[in-house]
Amino acid sequence: MSEFSVHRKDMDEISVLNLDGYLDAHTAPSFEESLKQLVDEGRFKIIVNCDKLAYISSAGLGVFMGYIEDVRANNGDIKMSNMSEKVFKIFDLLGFPSLYEIVDEEGEAVDKFSNINS
Amino acid sequence: MATKTKKFLLVTPSESDFLDIIRDFVGKIARSAGFSDDYVSKIQLSVDEACTNVIRHAYLGMKQKDIEIRVELNAKKLVVSVVDRGRGFKPESKHVDDMEAYLSEYRKGGLGLHLIKLLMDEVQFSIHPNKMNIITLVKYLDDKQTLGTKRNRKSILEKPHARKR
Repeated sequence: MSEFSVHRKDMDEISVLNLDGYLDAHTAPSFEESLKQLVDEGRFKIIVNCDKLAYISSAGLGVFMGYIEDVRANNGDIKMSNMSEKVFKIFDLLGFPSLYEIVDEEGEAVDKFSNINS
Repeated sequence: MATKTKKFLLVTPSESDFLDIIRDFVGKIARSAGFSDDYVSKIQLSVDEACTNVIRHAYLGMKQKDIEIRVELNAKKLVVSVVDRGRGFKPESKHVDDMEAYLSEYRKGGLGLHLIKLLMDEVQFSIHPNKMNIITLVKYLDDKQTLGTKRNRKSILEKPHARKR
């Protein structure tokens, strides 16, 4: 069974989801539940930290697609950070960098949300 | 010296729980053939996507159906066939022809087959609903795809017992 976990960290208005392990069709529901929980709580400024994300398939990519419209409609965003080259290649292959903000470090994503607020 | 085609077979239940076993299976064969880590990852992801399609769409989430992963390896190429006996599908119906439009419209699903076509050298379909459906994925062993690992490839393909030392 693929190993995967999501660890959530809240910082004022911003929530960070730290992904750890293998995000495939088996584990995508776990990630989806975490995103849904944030949206249900009205927390729309979301950073997905991919530092420990070892693998992603289209099932995982589909989770991002499933929530981005709703989040942006509420003046929020899903930004991604700390992505390995291997995982970034998959996002890049499909053109995701044109739709999602992908930054090197989590702090940059925090700054971008903060700049919007100021 | 011509090398004989080596064949491998894995049969798993149609459950997403076993995708990691499938990835390990094809990954180890691809690595032993001499593919670079980058290409091993591409092959693993493509086979994962093909099997996920079977679980979700051919068998509609029904567990305890069989998925067969057949691998054939020779000096020129790696061929992975994913076989199911589910309801099948029309490959053209799953085609994503404009990724920009896909993303801008926040569409969901259909990315798996698109990824497979981007990652593999050849993709073929043989669809016979409820009898046998086969998606065949081909990756060629050329210099680019085995960069830095040609020595390993030679040892595995031409000296079958080399890794047992």
